[in-house]
Amino acid sequence: MSALEKTSSSATTERVKASLTKRYAAEKRFKFYGIFAISASIAFLFILLASIVSKGLPAFTQTYVKLDVSLTADALGIPENATRDELRKANFSGVIKSSMRERFPDVKKRKEKKELYGLISTGAQYDLFDLLIENPAVIGTDVSMWFMADDELSAVIKSKADLTNPDSLVTRLSDNQIAWAKDMQDAGEFDVRFNSTFFENGDSREPELAGIRAALMGSAFTLLITFALSFPIAVAAAIYLEEFAPQNRWTDIVEVNINNLAAVPSIVFGLLGLAVFINFFHLPRSAPVVGGIVLSLMTLPTIIISSRAALKAVPPSIREAARGLGASPLQVVTHHVLPLAMPGILTGTIIGLAQALGETAPLLMIGMVAFIVDIPASVTDAATVLPVQVFLWADSPERAFMEKTSAAIMVLLVFLILMNAIAVLLRKRFERRW
Amino acid sequence: MNKTTLVLSSAVLASAFSSAAFARDSISIVGSSTVYPFATVVAERFGKTTDFSTPKIESTGSGGGFKLFCSGIGVQTPDVTNASRRMKVSEFESCQANGVTDIVEVLIGFDGIAVANSVNSTQYDMGVKDLYLALAKTVPNPANADELIENPYKLWSEINPALPAVDIEVLGPPPTSGTRDAFVELAMEGGCEQFPSVKALDKNEFKSVCHTMREDGAYVEAGENDNLIVQKLEANPNALGIFGFSFLEQNSDKVQSSIIDGYTADFDAIADGDYIISRPLYFYVKAQHVGTVPGIEEYLAEFTNEQAWGEDGYLADKGMIPLDDDLRSEIGTAVSNLEKLNLQ
Repeated sequence: MSALEKTSSSATTERVKASLTKRYAAEKRFKFYGIFAISASIAFLFILLASIVSKGLPAFTQTYVKLDVSLTADALGIPENATRDELRKANFSGVIKSSMRERFPDVKKRKEKKELYGLISTGAQYDLFDLLIENPAVIGTDVSMWFMADDELSAVIKSKADLTNPDSLVTRLSDNQIAWAKDMQDAGEFDVRFNSTFFENGDSREPELAGIRAALMGSAFTLLITFALSFPIAVAAAIYLEEFAPQNRWTDIVEVNINNLAAVPSIVFGLLGLAVFINFFHLPRSAPVVGGIVLSLMTLPTIIISSRAALKAVPPSIREAARGLGASPLQVVTHHVLPLAMPGILTGTIIGLAQALGETAPLLMIGMVAFIVDIPASVTDAATVLPVQVFLWADSPERAFMEKTSAAIMVLLVFLILMNAIAVLLRKRFERRW
Repeated sequence: MNKTTLVLSSAVLASAFSSAAFARDSISIVGSSTVYPFATVVAERFGKTTDFSTPKIESTGSGGGFKLFCSGIGVQTPDVTNASRRMKVSEFESCQANGVTDIVEVLIGFDGIAVANSVNSTQYDMGVKDLYLALAKTVPNPANADELIENPYKLWSEINPALPAVDIEVLGPPPTSGTRDAFVELAMEGGCEQFPSVKALDKNEFKSVCHTMREDGAYVEAGENDNLIVQKLEANPNALGIFGFSFLEQNSDKVQSSIIDGYTADFDAIADGDYIISRPLYFYVKAQHVGTVPGIEEYLAEFTNEQAWGEDGYLADKGMIPLDDDLRSEIGTAVSNLEKLNLQ
């Protein structure tokens, strides 16, 4: 090694040494950015979840009030052996009101009476009707029954607030109402129970009667249609494009278009659904069948792209070996390639469906943003879906809908997490690496 | 599958879709988001107290509702549309042109628009004139009333010495909202008309002066969600908010109505017509569907029942301001006879 070379190499070493601290620092900074980004996102996620859960939890309980009602045929205004139609017209609210008056005999003024009646949910009369239909023998007797409390009262009781100090309460209840509530609380006439109504009822304008069953069923029917349509079509398209199609300009165009479709805003699919399926084919408005078709158009590109990736990941040696043993091209695909690619395809499908589950924009155009009380029983019944229900409740004036909104978000999140968990499980369990 | 079977099966599918007349057994209702909270209550009661299925209600806005309603006759079109304004002649004509000839109009009550602030701050006492001066983009020059200038006011006290010396900050709905339309028409125009120089302008100029809200941050478009406005008012005691009466009533422990031209937005003042920022609520029924879709007449009867739209009815509990007794009985009779609307 000549002297000249030696000095130059030592100069390089010097420069490297000099820059080394800088490079280490840069690396440290980069690491720090990464950790900061991750902890920031975790913090945001935590804040979001904590606020939803803390707001939503009260929605899963409901306050009940004990009342003694006397179900005389006279008070109900029904004849003996009343038919179902006659029972329907019975004066249930009158019976409940008179039992409230008996409970608080001092209430005489009109305005005060109105406040008193406001403590019990309007759903009480339907409970009585159901009772009479189930067991007509109770007519003419006195029964002691638990009725749902009105939303405002229910919120106060659930929060375990101190009723002796009305000024400390943030509520619309009047001082009178709070005093009555205190009296009933002391007599043990309140009971906070699990809110099963929330999972059994459809939408309602009374917060205590509102439930997510209709939206849940609507989401289920919609996703069923979406899956039934998009899965076979997407898998067939992916297999053809990946295994059989010749490489030419046509298949290139198709490929580019599929990638473009995946990026089309979802509202466009809604407009298409309105124009084609409702206005042209006259499918019913607001029905899960149309929602499912529209959402399957939206998820098709996602599933096709992920299915193609899954098929591509199957090594060519498998195909060659099968062919070498005399399998026809179709047999190669159905017996060997497809089963091996299935975990990947299913993962893509589930992620596509999870996306469809959270979608509202295209459904707005086809009338699925609607007030639905009756629980849909088929794909052609009017229905709505979970995210739409969240939106509708968030927009309602009654304050108790705030907790319902958060509770509905929780239910939606549970379903999304479940679907994603299934996707992860499938991948873990069946995926093969080469 | 060869080509002919493919073509055949798709033809069969198409005809199955189009020929299946999907008979509806539930009433389909569209229209105004302002009427939605009231119509839904009636629909729910109707569903629970009769054997008919509960009507399906979409909130599409008044204009969108009329468009769907007037698109034709048949089960794929809605039976009822709700509106927070009367049907326009142009909409009536489009209805007629599409064969929707038998329309029953029902005026159900009134809705107030509240201007409110947090209960923790002082109640404002002002007129629509002050609201116009506070919120319009162009206002008459205080020095020379004939000249229009860009809104110079920063504090409420500059407009009206009786008002507090705090920054003008009003949270209200965006232009897409029906509440905004009504507020602009009733409050802003009402204030505008009190300036002779503005009133003398021609129709288009008058509209642009009176209907354009200022954009320098004093008027904040807070989104369609009235709940959000209430929450923001609670957090910011200096701000005023504009939202529907039902939200005021549901949050009476948090927000208070301002006094507008001598009256607060309360039940009696709106019902008597004293509180001027209020609008009529309507719904329109396709009489041609009576008999085809079950339950329409019964739904009408439920809506125009004293228990529902009466003074102590459940709609009043939800925040709708009922009509007076005479008007109710007059409209009730007209509705039960399915009297046809004629706007021409």
